[in-house]
Amino acid sequence: MPINYYIFLAIALFSIGVAGVLTRRNAIIIFMCVELMLNAVNLLLVAFSKMHYENVVMFNPTSPVGTEAQLFVFFIMVVAAAEVSVGLAIIVMMYRNIHSVDVNFLNRLKH
Amino acid sequence: MSITEILFWFLTAMAVGGALMMVTSKNPVYSVLWLIVVFFAISGHYILLNAQFLAVVNIIVYAGAIMVLFLFVIMLMNMNADNEPQKNIWLKIAGMIAGGCLLLVFIAAIRQTEALQIQKVNTGGQTGLIHLLGKTLFTDYVLPFEISSVLFLSAMVGAVVLGRKGD
Repeated sequence: MPINYYIFLAIALFSIGVAGVLTRRNAIIIFMCVELMLNAVNLLLVAFSKMHYENVVMFNPTSPVGTEAQLFVFFIMVVAAAEVSVGLAIIVMMYRNIHSVDVNFLNRLKH
Repeated sequence: MSITEILFWFLTAMAVGGALMMVTSKNPVYSVLWLIVVFFAISGHYILLNAQFLAVVNIIVYAGAIMVLFLFVIMLMNMNADNEPQKNIWLKIAGMIAGGCLLLVFIAAIRQTEALQIQKVNTGGQTGLIHLLGKTLFTDYVLPFEISSVLFLSAMVGAVVLGRKGD
């Protein structure tokens, strides 16, 4: 499978995420679009981790080439999980204060 | 057309269609469910790329934990399609055009890059299997692993402090 297909898929998902952030007003949906963009980048990193090293893998199937990129994706997932818990806590706190998750009410940064 | 290509195009259609439905759904609960579809499609791509460990972690962490958290918060706030805030139509069109322009610029840039045209994804080897990843994680990357546990602790404390009632 050519690497270009994966790049185009990741670009499409990322652009849909950007369009979602720009067109929605619900803070939770915006947050979910950010998660979608993170996942598009993760998919691209995994595809790139499999791009090179064809000769190395052919002669030695157990060589650990490309492991670093996949660990990088693993750490991105770890950081994303921590980010989501704090972000949702902030959104819940905002809902408790202004009884809405509309980002247009947030532009003053106070209630 | 081999079975790998058929699976690739099926998962690609599933991911892009799910993402579009997620952005355009009026009801936030439907958005969360479509995003879960997208995450399963991306996990399928990881399996096709021979990265089984990341596929399982993606399902457990994203579709299992994060999306349940989102669903829980949405149901806690009792959101539905009726009280969903809407931007006016011109802002929506402007946002779509901006996203489309980004897509266009990226695709034009990638299509011009000649070094990428000949590269292929090589799914052989045992790189994505857990024993190689685990060995590297616990020898070369043990310090970032420990630091990420501190990050989780601080995120947990932060979430508890932010979610506390009063003051």
